[in-house]
Amino acid sequence: MDIEPTFSKTNPTAGVVGQPMSRVDGWAKVTGRATYSAEYSGLPGLVHAVLKTSDVAHGRVQSIDVSAAQRAPGVLAIFTHQNLPKLAKTPNSPDDRKAFVSSPMGFFPMESDQIFYAGQPVAVVVADTLERAQYAASLLKVSIVPEATISSYLDPKAQLYTPKTVKGMPGVTKRGDAQEAFAGAPVQLTATYTHATIHHNPMEPGATTAHWEGPNRLTVYDSTQGVSETQKTLAAMLGLATEQVRVVCKFIGGGFGCKAWVWPHTTLAALVAKAVGRPVKLVLTRPQQFTSMGHREEQAQTLRLGATREGKLLALIHDKSSTTSPWDDYAETNTRITNMLYALPAFEGTYHLAHANVMTSTATRAPGDMPGAFALESSMDDLAYQLGLDPIQIRLLNYADKDPSNGHPWSSKSLKQCYQRGAELFGWNQRNPKNGQTRAGKTLVGWGMATASYPVHNSQGNARVRLYADGHAVVQAGATDLGTGTYTVMTQVAADSLGLPPENIRFELGDTDLPSTQWSGGSTAAGRVSSSVYLAAQDVWQRLIKVAVQDNKSPLYRAKIEDVMVVKGQLLFRTDPDTGEAFGEVMKRAGMSDIEGSALGRYGSSYEAPRAAANADPNKKDHASEHSMHAFGAHFCEVHVDPELGTVRVTKWVSVIAGGRILNPKTARSQVMGGSIFGIGAALMETTERDPHLARYTNADLAGYHIPVNADIPDMTVEFIDEHDPYVNAMGVKGIGEISIVGTSAAVANAVFHATGRRLRSLPMTPDKVLAAMREPV
Amino acid sequence: MNDFSYTQAASAKEATGIIKEKPQAAYIAGGTTLLDMMKANLLEPPQLVDLNQLPFKGIEQTSDGLRIGAIERMSTVGEHPLVVQQFPAVSQALLLAASPQLRNMASIGGNILQRTRCGYFRDAAFPCNKRVPGSGCPAIAGDHHNLAILGVSDSCIATAYPGDLSVALAAFDAVLTLENQKGKQRRVPITEFYLLPGKTPQRENVLESGELIVAVTIPGAAHARRSTYLKVRERSSYAYALASAAVGLDVQNGTIRTARVALGGVGAQPWRSREAEKVLTGAPATEATFLAAAAAALQGAQPLEHNRFKVELAQNTLVRALQQVA
Amino acid sequence: MATNHDPDLPAPHDEHRRNFLKQSSLLTALALVPSAVVEAAESKLDERVAEAIEKIPLSLKINGKKHKLKVEPRTTLLDLLREDLHLTGTKKGCDYGQCGACTVHVDGLRVNSCLSFAVMHDGQEITTIEGLASGDDLHPMQEAFVKHDGFQCGYCTPGQIMSAVACVREGHAGSEAEIREYMSGNICRCGAYANIVAAIQDVKSGGKKV
Repeated sequence: MDIEPTFSKTNPTAGVVGQPMSRVDGWAKVTGRATYSAEYSGLPGLVHAVLKTSDVAHGRVQSIDVSAAQRAPGVLAIFTHQNLPKLAKTPNSPDDRKAFVSSPMGFFPMESDQIFYAGQPVAVVVADTLERAQYAASLLKVSIVPEATISSYLDPKAQLYTPKTVKGMPGVTKRGDAQEAFAGAPVQLTATYTHATIHHNPMEPGATTAHWEGPNRLTVYDSTQGVSETQKTLAAMLGLATEQVRVVCKFIGGGFGCKAWVWPHTTLAALVAKAVGRPVKLVLTRPQQFTSMGHREEQAQTLRLGATREGKLLALIHDKSSTTSPWDDYAETNTRITNMLYALPAFEGTYHLAHANVMTSTATRAPGDMPGAFALESSMDDLAYQLGLDPIQIRLLNYADKDPSNGHPWSSKSLKQCYQRGAELFGWNQRNPKNGQTRAGKTLVGWGMATASYPVHNSQGNARVRLYADGHAVVQAGATDLGTGTYTVMTQVAADSLGLPPENIRFELGDTDLPSTQWSGGSTAAGRVSSSVYLAAQDVWQRLIKVAVQDNKSPLYRAKIEDVMVVKGQLLFRTDPDTGEAFGEVMKRAGMSDIEGSALGRYGSSYEAPRAAANADPNKKDHASEHSMHAFGAHFCEVHVDPELGTVRVTKWVSVIAGGRILNPKTARSQVMGGSIFGIGAALMETTERDPHLARYTNADLAGYHIPVNADIPDMTVEFIDEHDPYVNAMGVKGIGEISIVGTSAAVANAVFHATGRRLRSLPMTPDKVLAAMREPV
Repeated sequence: MNDFSYTQAASAKEATGIIKEKPQAAYIAGGTTLLDMMKANLLEPPQLVDLNQLPFKGIEQTSDGLRIGAIERMSTVGEHPLVVQQFPAVSQALLLAASPQLRNMASIGGNILQRTRCGYFRDAAFPCNKRVPGSGCPAIAGDHHNLAILGVSDSCIATAYPGDLSVALAAFDAVLTLENQKGKQRRVPITEFYLLPGKTPQRENVLESGELIVAVTIPGAAHARRSTYLKVRERSSYAYALASAAVGLDVQNGTIRTARVALGGVGAQPWRSREAEKVLTGAPATEATFLAAAAAALQGAQPLEHNRFKVELAQNTLVRALQQVA
Repeated sequence: MATNHDPDLPAPHDEHRRNFLKQSSLLTALALVPSAVVEAAESKLDERVAEAIEKIPLSLKINGKKHKLKVEPRTTLLDLLREDLHLTGTKKGCDYGQCGACTVHVDGLRVNSCLSFAVMHDGQEITTIEGLASGDDLHPMQEAFVKHDGFQCGYCTPGQIMSAVACVREGHAGSEAEIREYMSGNICRCGAYANIVAAIQDVKSGGKKV
């Protein structure tokens, strides 16, 4: 169709869309009936695989003595690099690698004797029970001849270089002459921000159950954010046709980016399942999770900010240094947000990487934007204080009315409303402009805020609707519900699109047998899948209108198709809305028990350029778009800092987000709170320590790696700005999963600065750093 | 995990008898310390002897003080009225530790015997003098931000006891009742129970092979009734201490008659500071006194690059705790 | 690994459990000292024999149902529930007592089932998330979690709910601060904490039997 229908046109008054409906999968989750990837216990002959991983970070396997393990009770097979069945394609070959849609790491282990990182798989043990597989793995004697190890970009042996590209962005970005503009700026701020290694640590570790139902028929139950991507990549690696691989993920215990790719353990599970001829379950241990599914890389960012004495930005020079693996030029793209967030005439951004003996880092909730915003929003706070301006004022002064990085107008931007509403909810106007003025008992109290933004990633989905004559419907899309509420919000969208109550909708996802849609990540699923579902319902109506106008018993007989509209399941004349009939009547007369429709739903610029979109490649950057599309928001935070004990507690939190149409304020609020808590964790406690000499993590468990607990988190206030965006997709929806973390750690750091007069630029802000800062003069 | 055999011991004699025959066998009560080490293949006992049927139970007043059976669970003891009234610091140390679930599982004896959280000890891939004597201590040149600054040696800088309870027990002169393989009982003050690492960090306490902890007895005292346990950690709950202080003061007319001080999270063992107590005893209960006591407590500290902050943190923690009970 | 027996039939080992244990420990002692494991295998110890030695009879009441089982001593309560009895509602998040996803009630007390050997619970009553609802009627805490959106991905949820029920029963739901502290043994990476607290407060003040 030339012009797609839009939800706001066909449903000017939404029904359940936008209502705080409780989760449709809630019952399954609170009763323990929801089935996760390691819980397909009924598979016939299911056996267990356990990974044995490398103690050292760099070297060559000299020998693996399997004799003891082989004789241990219950052991079916032991695989090492010497007997692992060959893969059709591996990322180790650059040519092969192009075949993969989802493999972030340019290296697959156990193809040779080479060891590149601690925790790299060196063997897989398969046994009849989990206990026996684990024990047998412990009996393997692996001898590795160690080689010189580089632990991170900070290692004296590390060599920094600037790559040509990082994640499709140039290694160096220049807009205007930032160096000259900075040199001439009357106000100059230079600061370096450092970030610890962070791990996603979803509560469900990586888990794969692989079942070969025939020699060329594989079903994989995998804890993945993208069943289609896993399907295609596995098929390429195993040398199968795509349709020969089915991937199922009905429930996933969190992902946050680390389950967006196909990691070695998933492929290994499929490989060994074939070799032993039994269904195989492989679940990562929590320590293995730290070295199996990526992480957010440790990094340093130096920002040089030039401004006028009035506070108008003139230039920003942004340098990022970080660690990458021995094979990949990977860095999260921090300069994306620093280049677009404020009206900034000149920008220069450069990435510096160093190869080290770690696995490749990967997308972690708001990759790039999260750390980028920490640096930028801390610097903006500095600028405000230096010039005696309110932190909101400095941001309004530099408010970008169009996207400075490309000159495009915004598709919608309600950031000013976010600042205003957030300030109201928080009571920001009561703020003492001076630092270090407020005490509560022994603690210092401070307030901070920061801007949030996250881009709309161009993508495309697919959905199918089967409407039954009795007024029930099955709606399907091969997406994943990461806990974001996909099951629920798609039920709501389908209900409104079909004019049915939500309890009459069954929404199915998480299976490659369903219409393939892209992975759930990059805050794209809500926008892409909702528009697919909506348009699939419109497809049903179009098909049904055709039936009705040819049916001489219908009041719509011989009407022109374009003259018929559907309102709440009623097929009606546009010009005479009193004439028409319910869809069930049409179907009954036609002897149809059900009718199916399907549609592609587009999100981002491919939606905006519909003429190009029909054949658009969603994976390609599409510059046909006329608008720059982002969600915006603001976070406000109060902290209590104990200056003697070094502890920082968040005591109050407000987030206001403008994310287009909010499909379900209940699940959306939860998602925003969750993102903020993820950010509070990064701000205050999360760090994975890697030994500087042995390049092995020293706190790879949940006792040593601190994720916020209930006692760390106050009650939180979340609101959404009512925003109408006609350009983003058919539903007017922007994703909110990642904007919820962007700016959060800066809001905390800015509040710490307000409380103490000390600027902490190193995350996490643990007591040792707070105490060190308190020793410094104000 | 290795396979092992399992025996419920009906008596102390039976339990110790098994270890006598098989010194590699291990006792188990709550299991919270043992299971995670077995899962990580750090311990591979051929047999486990379940102590939960032993009569090491009860919380009762005796002439020596409050006697707590070693099999009692942390939650029971932490919430027991006699403990709350007579030893607030002990109760707080128990209830600020671990999580409600773990406190329902872990026994008092097991808590006293818990092992270090040093990441190098916990991961068999690393060298570690405590685990494999002579293999080295990478923590000294590596990640030691939460390791000890008092009582450490060139061989080991672990906070061998990472928990809370024994810190409070050390402050308030608790005495352990032990029973050996011959059925003979002896009493050991908890301050003499733990061993400093020296050149033998693998030896952590004075328990003989097979010897059992039967009970712990804490003498009542005015300074114990006026006591507190303050714990500083990287998150608000469910975390080990960066530094902690168990303190008790008997203050009359503004003068400290008796004082008890122990520090956690900073010592190679629960760190009783008689130096701090000396400063406090007979002195006015003022901030100046507390600062002087804190300085005395940390005088022998041997910090490294990444745990240097603990000197100041421990001092501030101690001062704050003293302020709270003064 | 465990084998389930018909609970109505007399269990051959039940009354002789302690004797059996003694006997088995002697046998396994010979076979399973770590260094000896290899020797045992080398001497072609028959796997069926090994199995007979290793397993111990165990009687448990799980969610009101009696189970007569034989388990390896090293099988944790969590793995018994998930792998052998297919009660997968109880989750494995860390396997080291560091996350709370495996929380169940043993004789009414909340514990981390991952840090406990199944054999140590002979004769005890276990309640898992599957045993909380009565039929199709959700337990008030389950209802409150749905109502207040006390979860996102759902993986920590069974542990949170078992912990929340215990929190109220223990009398530790007196204030928001107390709830937060007594729910801190259950990590939620999705960050549903505020909603979990709201759910517990709702149940606490709701007057229904918890």
